[in-house]
Order: sequence, then C-alpha cells, then structure tokens
Amino acid sequence: MTTATLARGLEGPSAAEMDCGSRNVTPAARDGAATEAPVAASPAPGPVVNRPSVGEYFGNFMRAVLPPLIGLALVVGLWALVAMKSSDFPGPSKTLDAAVVLFSDPFYSNGPNDQGIGWNILSSLKRVAVGFGVAALVGIPLGFIIGRFAFMNSMLAPIISLLRPVSPLAWLPIGLMVFKAADPASTWTIFICSIWPMILNTAQGVQRVPQDYLNVARVLNLSEFRIITKILFPSVLPYMLTGIRLSIGTAWLVIVAAEMLTGGVGIGFWVWDEWNNLKVEHILIAIFVIGIVGLLLEYLLLLIARRFSYGVN
Amino acid sequence: MNAIVKVENVGMSFDTKKGRFVALQDVNLQIHSGEVVSLIGHSGCGKSTLLNLIAGLTLPTSGVMLCNGREIAGPGPERAVVFQNHSLLPWLTCFENVHLAVERVFGAREGREALKARTARALDMVHMAHAAHKLPQEISGGMKQRIGIARAFAMEPKILLMDEPFGALDALTRAALQDELIGVMEKTGATVVMVTHDVDEAVLLSDRVVMMTNGPAATIGEILAVDLPKPRDRLQLAHDARFAEHRAAILEFLYQKQMKRAA
Repeated sequence: MTTATLARGLEGPSAAEMDCGSRNVTPAARDGAATEAPVAASPAPGPVVNRPSVGEYFGNFMRAVLPPLIGLALVVGLWALVAMKSSDFPGPSKTLDAAVVLFSDPFYSNGPNDQGIGWNILSSLKRVAVGFGVAALVGIPLGFIIGRFAFMNSMLAPIISLLRPVSPLAWLPIGLMVFKAADPASTWTIFICSIWPMILNTAQGVQRVPQDYLNVARVLNLSEFRIITKILFPSVLPYMLTGIRLSIGTAWLVIVAAEMLTGGVGIGFWVWDEWNNLKVEHILIAIFVIGIVGLLLEYLLLLIARRFSYGVN
Repeated sequence: MNAIVKVENVGMSFDTKKGRFVALQDVNLQIHSGEVVSLIGHSGCGKSTLLNLIAGLTLPTSGVMLCNGREIAGPGPERAVVFQNHSLLPWLTCFENVHLAVERVFGAREGREALKARTARALDMVHMAHAAHKLPQEISGGMKQRIGIARAFAMEPKILLMDEPFGALDALTRAALQDELIGVMEKTGATVVMVTHDVDEAVLLSDRVVMMTNGPAATIGEILAVDLPKPRDRLQLAHDARFAEHRAAILEFLYQKQMKRAA
C-alpha cells in the first residue's frame, strides 16, 4: 500500500506533464519548429555557456515532440481503419464534426433530459466536489487520529481493510435507500470511494513525521498547538495531498458509472443516453472529454502539491 | 567550580529481540560551568546514548542524572541540542527556525521586537544574517549546521549538547565551522558537551576529552585534561608539542587499549 501510493505519487507528475506538454506543443510543432528555433538559439550577450546550436535545439525539440505525435497519429489511424471496416462505428472526421456541433452550444437546456454537454460536465463535477469535500472533512481528521493513536489504528485498521476493496457502486443502493433520491446517492458513492485514500495517506503521513523533527519539538518543549501547526501539519501535508489526488482520480472514475445507474444530468448519464440514441460519435467525444477533465484535475492537484513539497534536508 | 550536570552510576540498557542489550554501565561524570567536554570513542560505544541521556531524550535504566541539582526527567530548552543532521524544519526559513526556539524560551518575558532582535543576533553570530529568509533547502550543508548552532545558542542554554555536529560535513567546511564554534564559545562562555569521533576536533575544542570503552556495557575509560591555552589557533597548534602529545594519548587509547576487532 505504502509503496504503491508513493510510486504512483512519483510517477504521476511526469506522465501528466508529458501529456499536457504534448498537447500544448502539438499545434506549434509544425510551423513553430523552423521559425522559433533560430530565435531561441541566437547568441545573447553574457557569460560563455555551452549553448545548443540550431541543429541541436531542433533535435531536442523533435525528440520531445515526435514520439507523442507518432503515438497520437497511430491511434487516430487505427481508429479510422476500424471505422472503415465497420458500418456503425464513426470515424475520426465524423466524430470531429459532431464535436464541433456539440461544443458550439455547450450550455443549452431543453428540460432535465436534454442539456448541453457543458451542463453535464459541470453537474458531474459538482457531485464529485460535494462528495469529495465531505470525505475530506471526515477523512483527514480521522487519518490524524488513526496516525497519532496506536489504539485507534488497531481498532479501525481491520474495518478499513475490509471495506476499502469494495466497489463504491455496491454502496449505491444503500445511498438510494437512505436518501430516497438519486442525486445524493451518487454523491454518497463519491464520498465512499474518496474517503479511503484520504484516511490512509493522512494516517501514514502522521506516522512518518521524522523523529528528528519530533526531537526538536521535545528539546524546545513546544506546546501541543505549536507541535501541530509548526511540525505535524506541514510534514503531513504532502501525504494528505497525495491522498486527495488519489481520491479525486477514483472519484472521477466512479462518477461516470454511478450516473449511468442513477440518471439525471451528468456526463455518465449523458453517455448512457447517447448510447440509447445510438449516437456513438457522442460516446467517443465523451470518452475524450472525461479523459481530459480527469487529466486537468490531476494536474491541478499536482501543481498544489508541488507548492507544498519541501526538499528532504 | 560547580557541576552543572552530574551523571552518577548511570546505566542504560535496551530490550531487543535477542534479549537485554546493555549499552552503558557505571558511567560517572561531572560537567562544570563554562567547560567544553568531548565524548570520543569507537562507533557503537554509546557516546551518543550518553548525550541523549543528558538531553533527556531517553531516560536511564539505572543511576541518577542531575542538571543544576534537579533530576533530568525529560528534554528541556536549558539543555539545547545541536543534532548531527541539523534537523531544521524545511518549511520554515532560517530566521523562523531560530525564532521558533527564541519565542519558546523568551516569549513569556520579552516583547516581539526584542525576540526578533535576539533571533537576528543569533544569526549574525554565525554569520548567516544574509540567509535569514532562505529555506534550509536553499543553503549548503555547512550553512544549515550554522543555523542549527545559532538556534541552540539563541536559547541561551545552561549547557549545549552537540551530537557529532560536523560529522556530515567535508573537512574544509568542518574546519571553518570549528573555528566559528571556537569564536562563539569564547564570546558566550558556554558549557558544551560534544560527541565526536575526530581526534583533532576533540583536542582543538575541548577542556577535557572523555574517552569511552567499547560497547556493549561501555563506560568511561580515561579522561584527558587538555591544558592548552585559549583561544586556540589551529595553525599554531599544528606545531605545538603538547597538542601532539594529547593527540597521541587519545590515539593510543582508541587504537591500542580499545582496539576495535572487526571494523
């Protein structure tokens, strides 16, 4: 668990960065490479540094941009090939056309069952935010308690280990029963799936506060309040943010499935609705949109996490 | 001379999986006001354990430890510690790291401006005023240890405990910090107990060198009084016959009387 969490935490940034990077760079790659390279490589006054020559600069640029571009092209090509062989699977160009139509008016509303894709994304995000926010309010203090008191740890650890592997969707009927409505029930599943990583990572962070820092606190004889604000909280924060990042990732996975089951406005329901309308190109668009939103959420949290990470010294 | 710290018949043992491990046995030591004492010995001889006992970070299993006539029941700011790995809080600037200690010790008696002035003075003393608003990760290892020393001195402790304070530094930086420490000790007249495994460092800095026997059940083997005049200068001492004599005595203890079998 520990290593898995940490490993994901470490791998996360590079993967996300590369993806975002390629997305930003793609349009500039074709026309930019030739015109921009000389400008950047033009000699500037100052100390003599080993500046890359135009050729080197271009080479580095291509090495960074080319592989993701080739990957993307391969996928699109494969997709087009499959679409050609199949009668009801839309190809890239048809999907692109549909996307242009769809995104030209993302915020229309013709009653509860026919709303623009913007509204659908926003209502899914709202459910995630609420479920996730409540999970943070409950999970982070609980994680602190479990991490600080061995008794609570031994008391709650078996329960958490038992419940954590359960698919959050299994909790959906309980939510429906308790809240007697679809909307809070899907928020409830988000709460369930986000709370585990938050508890476990916070608890781990508390348990891993370096002994050195605690010794400093003991020698200085700091008050409990000072220990919490100056030592515990800052040193647990990176772990907490990892928990939050893992939670939001799972929450975004689960919301699609939960909404398919509960209906209402939301990206998951929209996918299902478009399947019933046999608009497969819209489903493909939804897959891209869900992926991009998930990526943005992860990237946002990584930026926050980086702000609060301190070098080990 | 009155003893600030008295260590009487102290023993320390740990319960391990293989049974009881006796780290220290029958340790007797008195540390007087204004004195600089080094603890030296092979690794694993319990010198750090003895320092932690004086700090109160661990409590002895037998014997009595007194500080200013009162039993040592736990750590406290009158016994400041400079840790080997400096242990600065990475999310606080150098100033804030020192200020945390200053605030704790003098906060009840002095106003905010006076506290800030104290912190600034401490940083100035180790010539780190320029890095006051940097984070520890932005400065070098030697600089971090300077801040650690400033933090400890700023608390105006009765006794200053240093656990291999320069152990993690390269030789040149170490020499610079030793000189710095000599200057600070000269200015403040501090009482210092320092763990080291550097023979030159022990002779250069201390009034007495406490040599410990090999563990398990380590104890004090010999105590060497260093009667070199202060302030000391490392370049002059290099040609001083007494310095060489002291050095030889410690080396003899470490490598003849307490030869470590398998290194």
